[in-house]
Amino acid sequence: MSQQLLDILKSTFGDAVLETHSQHGDDTAVVAASRWAEIARFLRNDPRCDMDLFVDLCAVDYPRREPRFEVVLHIYSIGKKHRLRLKTRVGDQDGDGAELDTITSIWEGANWLERETYDMMGIVFRGHPDLRRILLYSEFVGHPLRKDYPADRTQPLVPYREGYEKVAPFGPNEGMSFGRQTHRTGKFE
Amino acid sequence: MGDLTLNNTTTHILEGSETGFATTRVDALLGWARKYSLFAYPFVTACCGMEFMALASPRFDHARFGAEAPRFSPRQADLLWVVGTISQRQAPALKRIYEQMMEPKYVLAFGTCASSGGFYDNYTTLPGIDKVIPVDVYVPGCPPRPEAVIDGLLLLQDKIARGDRRPAIVKPREDPKVISASNLVQLRRKELT
Repeated sequence: MSQQLLDILKSTFGDAVLETHSQHGDDTAVVAASRWAEIARFLRNDPRCDMDLFVDLCAVDYPRREPRFEVVLHIYSIGKKHRLRLKTRVGDQDGDGAELDTITSIWEGANWLERETYDMMGIVFRGHPDLRRILLYSEFVGHPLRKDYPADRTQPLVPYREGYEKVAPFGPNEGMSFGRQTHRTGKFE
Repeated sequence: MGDLTLNNTTTHILEGSETGFATTRVDALLGWARKYSLFAYPFVTACCGMEFMALASPRFDHARFGAEAPRFSPRQADLLWVVGTISQRQAPALKRIYEQMMEPKYVLAFGTCASSGGFYDNYTTLPGIDKVIPVDVYVPGCPPRPEAVIDGLLLLQDKIARGDRRPAIVKPREDPKVISASNLVQLRRKELT
């Protein structure tokens, strides 16, 4: 059904699509990291693809592979009712150079998920408007979901934090325009 | 430490027509007054909270022990219930809450996670709240039975009455005596002829 999606990708981007895989209506495409954001934007905007729902973004650590990390994006088209898993591979054996262009400008929901991927795996998203830790605290050293992070390492305790950390450049909704704060700025105000 | 002491005081209720007096020490009187007027601040973070609700509900009813008044400001409380897992990130907030409480103040670690971190031996969990604040009574269990928590509460009251600030642990109760097999009805399959 959505095998067509993979065909569209392959015919449009050619060599940038490294691998494809399709089983039981579950389609995966592995693309070159250098064209990650470009392909994502194509999938969002092309009327044949129309992937308007950002579902999930995460990363997997394969410590014996080179490139080491696999960043996984799940997207869905509400109108066309097809979904796609888009993967790319970044980072060397030491975990350095794990950088990728941000897709925040394509799907706003990617904002916090990219922050979480950065927090847990240490993958840097170039051009992200506010790339800082989201679950852990700023004093935390390392990225705990990497396979080489010691399972039993305990981080030193941190002091009590006075005031708020920076919320720029978003304001109170932290960049999630569909968040709770937005409903208050509607017709009731 | 860790054991309830036998109460060797005598009680005699005066009739309306009688008059009398009692002698005691000031610290004993203060301890007696404090142990029955614990104002609790529940710091509930995880699944142990369910057991805490059971404890507060009529079936187990910790109001019987003079410890039922919850105060949701630490400034008005003198017993801090730490119920559930405390993460590294939360630890400074817990410490700040403890510092805001008025003296004399007591801490009860409810459950294994608050006592020692439990099975969360990982990057994010505080291995026991005694890394941050002093603890008076540890109640192990995942979660502890309400009876174990009541044991812990009585242990704390006993410690308050004695003026004992050393940490104490609720010990596991002994299993009820196993009924010997001869007393049980034996179910046998009827022999086929």
